[in-house]
Amino acid sequence: MIYDDLQPSTARRTLTASAHLLGKLRLDGPLLLGICATAVFGLVILYSASGENLALTRGQFLRMCLGLVMLVLLAQVSPKHLRMAAPWIYALGVVLLVIVAVIGDIGKGAQRWLDLGILRFQPSEIMKLAVPMAGAWFLHERPLPPDLKLVLVLGLMVLVPVGLIAEQPDLGTALLIAAAGVFVVLLAGLRVRVIVAVLALLPALAWMGWGMLHDYQRKRVLTFLTPETDPLGAGYHIIQSQIALGSGGVFGKGWMNGSQAQLEFLPERSTDFIFAVAGEEFGLIGLMLLLGLYMFVIARGMYLALQCQDTFSRLVAGSISLTFFVYVIVNAGMVSGVLPVVGVPLPLVSYGGTSMVTLMAGFGILMSVHSHRKLVGS
Amino acid sequence: MVSRVRIKDHWAEQRMFLRRAIAAGVIMALLVGAVLVKLVQLQVVRHEYYLDLSQGNRVRVEAVPPNRGLILDRNGVVLAENLPGYQLELTREQVPDVGATLKALTDLALVDPDDLDRLKRLIRSRPLFEAIPIRLQMTDEEVARFAVRRHEFQGVDIRTRLTRHYPFGPIAVHALGYVSAISEQDLVRIDASQYAGTTLIGKVGVEASYEKQLHGSPGFRQVLVNAQGRPVESDNPLTKDLSAKSASAGNDLILSLDIRVQRAAEDALAGKRGAVIAVDPANGDVIAFASVPGFDPNGFARGLSRADYAALEENIDRPLFNRVMRGAYPPGSTIKPVMALAALDYSAVDPSQVKYCRGFFTLPGSSHRYRDWKPSGHGWVNLQEAVAQSCDTYFYGVAQILGIDRLSTFLTKFGLGQRTGIDIDGEKPGLVPSREWKQKNFPRESVWFPGDTVILGIGQGYLLATPLQLAHVASLIAARGTTFQPRLVTAVRNAHTGEMQRLAPRPSPPVDPDQTDRWQRVVDAMVAVMSSAHGTARATGATATYQIAGKTGTAQVFTIGQTEKYNEEEVAERMRDHALFISFAPADKPRIAVAVLVENGGHGAGVAAPVARKVMDAYLVPETPSPAPATPPS
Repeated sequence: MIYDDLQPSTARRTLTASAHLLGKLRLDGPLLLGICATAVFGLVILYSASGENLALTRGQFLRMCLGLVMLVLLAQVSPKHLRMAAPWIYALGVVLLVIVAVIGDIGKGAQRWLDLGILRFQPSEIMKLAVPMAGAWFLHERPLPPDLKLVLVLGLMVLVPVGLIAEQPDLGTALLIAAAGVFVVLLAGLRVRVIVAVLALLPALAWMGWGMLHDYQRKRVLTFLTPETDPLGAGYHIIQSQIALGSGGVFGKGWMNGSQAQLEFLPERSTDFIFAVAGEEFGLIGLMLLLGLYMFVIARGMYLALQCQDTFSRLVAGSISLTFFVYVIVNAGMVSGVLPVVGVPLPLVSYGGTSMVTLMAGFGILMSVHSHRKLVGS
Repeated sequence: MVSRVRIKDHWAEQRMFLRRAIAAGVIMALLVGAVLVKLVQLQVVRHEYYLDLSQGNRVRVEAVPPNRGLILDRNGVVLAENLPGYQLELTREQVPDVGATLKALTDLALVDPDDLDRLKRLIRSRPLFEAIPIRLQMTDEEVARFAVRRHEFQGVDIRTRLTRHYPFGPIAVHALGYVSAISEQDLVRIDASQYAGTTLIGKVGVEASYEKQLHGSPGFRQVLVNAQGRPVESDNPLTKDLSAKSASAGNDLILSLDIRVQRAAEDALAGKRGAVIAVDPANGDVIAFASVPGFDPNGFARGLSRADYAALEENIDRPLFNRVMRGAYPPGSTIKPVMALAALDYSAVDPSQVKYCRGFFTLPGSSHRYRDWKPSGHGWVNLQEAVAQSCDTYFYGVAQILGIDRLSTFLTKFGLGQRTGIDIDGEKPGLVPSREWKQKNFPRESVWFPGDTVILGIGQGYLLATPLQLAHVASLIAARGTTFQPRLVTAVRNAHTGEMQRLAPRPSPPVDPDQTDRWQRVVDAMVAVMSSAHGTARATGATATYQIAGKTGTAQVFTIGQTEKYNEEEVAERMRDHALFISFAPADKPRIAVAVLVENGGHGAGVAAPVARKVMDAYLVPETPSPAPATPPS
């Protein structure tokens, strides 16, 4: 219509208004939309996976809201301040990890939690963000691509917390943090020949790592290679989740109709194996939608990282986005039987508290580096 | 070397980041692609197969439990074996209503009503797909009773399973221990997947301490079940995808026990309460390990009713109590050889010098009389005669001269007050008192009195030892200072290869092994106990075809007042003295060391020494004809 420009429609007005609001709150609309869409889909799946447990689902929703608040708050902090805080947060995290390890040593058992009386949390959660931030802080002022000395120092910065967490033993979290650190180095432009050399050394490292694994972790790797050897123990998870996925077919059995999930054949159905519930009830279509949402979030994250004008922001944003991908692929790979059973939750969907808040905080940092770029850029 | 100064190139960094981001994008797409390919394979290509599995026809994974290892005595006689038996099993995923099913089984008298709560908890704690035994070792009549009503019980079935059987019943039960149904507490500490399909687990004794060796590891079998959970016939096309793996049996254990000697020990104690333990001083091998009364371990493997268990638990003779290693008693005069060694070690007495015994001992400046067991006194005695006649007065004096500090050091050196380290769990450490110990435990009295030391000289007072520790002491004297941790298991036999792995004896720290003359002096004194004219156990020693060295002991259970006279008849049976005896033989080249305790038995010489003699005869005197493997009683 002719008057379009003069008389904006109500819809357009709303859009403009919300864009304005998002700008004020320093949030990225498409990313926020992607996160919220995934989270809502996650709540729908969780409600069914938990056996229609409304209290549990409500708890998850409240934690999501808490996470969103965290996201908005972090988005307000300028990357410069984040950068200055990075080494301190990292140092604090390492100290807390050591305390947890010492307490665990005295208590003679696995120890991940730090109990502060009113607050109980896992210091390893801090590390999920502190490691990429500290890595990016370290490279911020330095010429890139990093030379070997810098890479070695960075490697040490990553290995210390990863080693402490792997000792707890929490293999899944250690893996995620190692990935976050490695991504910083890779995105900074680690030379191709070094990457090739490391890949060549990988079998030797794997052999060394094998010696450091706990018995139950070795068993997981062996079960991954041949799940049918242990159908009573670890193999049971894989067999049941494959039955759930396979029986779901293309269109799924429908919401709350998955017999594998609802009859409790599927273990850990509301946490680590929730992807199988989604596959059984919503079929291949549902899983493709879910994976599509994830890929959208990751792609948007990478896009925001590309827009950044300083090294710190770019590396942190890139690492957070790629680590999010690792979450998704490790969990989906585990449940479908492509990767070993490593205790990594499906982000935004699996039931669980601390990791949800950490994820949202990570997205908050992404929003922050994106929205402040005009102020930081020179 | 000239180092090139590198400066930050933001533009180049950004381009590098872009290249890396694109590479990451490609890799991510490939990985997601791989997952999608797998999902298509599962959800499209094999959809029908998995749908079949998830509906109606389901694959049930059945555990194949391993055969538990056998337990054999030193001559290969079977002490614990596995026999087939019927048991009732319930698989929760196939039972519509567990509570109603159990109730119906109770009505058929197949499940004990007292047991319902325990069973419900047990069923809840195991995986859905696992068959849980709810009734062990059913009789033929019970099997028939269930079989006719079987169709009413979906998810409940009778299975033939191997169960544990102890052919000798109560004999050696406290050494062997027993197995019984896996409890909730057991589930906490074991790897449940290793026990899938297994009903029984070792609870005490060798069965518990060597559980890892005996258990083995389970196999599995995939079976196709219909909607009611019953296995489907094998002509179904789906069965071709089923797999199986056989279980690997547990290892057999070879014990040092000799069932013939064990029997002799238990027969000798029949009708009494007490303990006999015989060890080989050369390696610590336990030859006999008897705590009487015992109980039949087969009852536990079968599943005891609550009433039967309560009866055992509340029996005044305490059949469940392992007196050998958990009963701590005052050692009485059996401690005197150790006291004699202590006196020699600290040069507290001249062994050849005689002292006068007038029937009691008094501390300087006190009128309290520490009485000798012989009111008229032993007259002039030297060290050897004091041991042989068990003169209390002499050793009151020895203890007073040595003092508590040196005594407690020396007794500790002999392994008292600490566990001997036998290879089964649950051993008690006994007690060697000291000043610090008393201060801690009797804060009101707080000081160590001289009188406390005096009575220690005859093994009374605070000193406590287990029969196992007394055998350890006897073995230490027999081997003249060298010693081993007692052990029941001497070899482990691989059930598949038959390969025998012998376990090395475990030496304990030796005690003054180079003081040969001191050891000989004490051994001579112990020989005199058995063979000299005034030896307290001469009646037992005289008729033996080999030379025994021994020491009798009589431990007071309650204190006699200063002026009272002790009349055995008048004292209630359970207030009577404990009879003790330690010994080894042959005295010059010992092959066996024996400790005997008879609770409220009276005198060591009259009651305990003959028991030890029977055990030694069984071990040392060759039997003709050679012992055939004992036939198990029905």
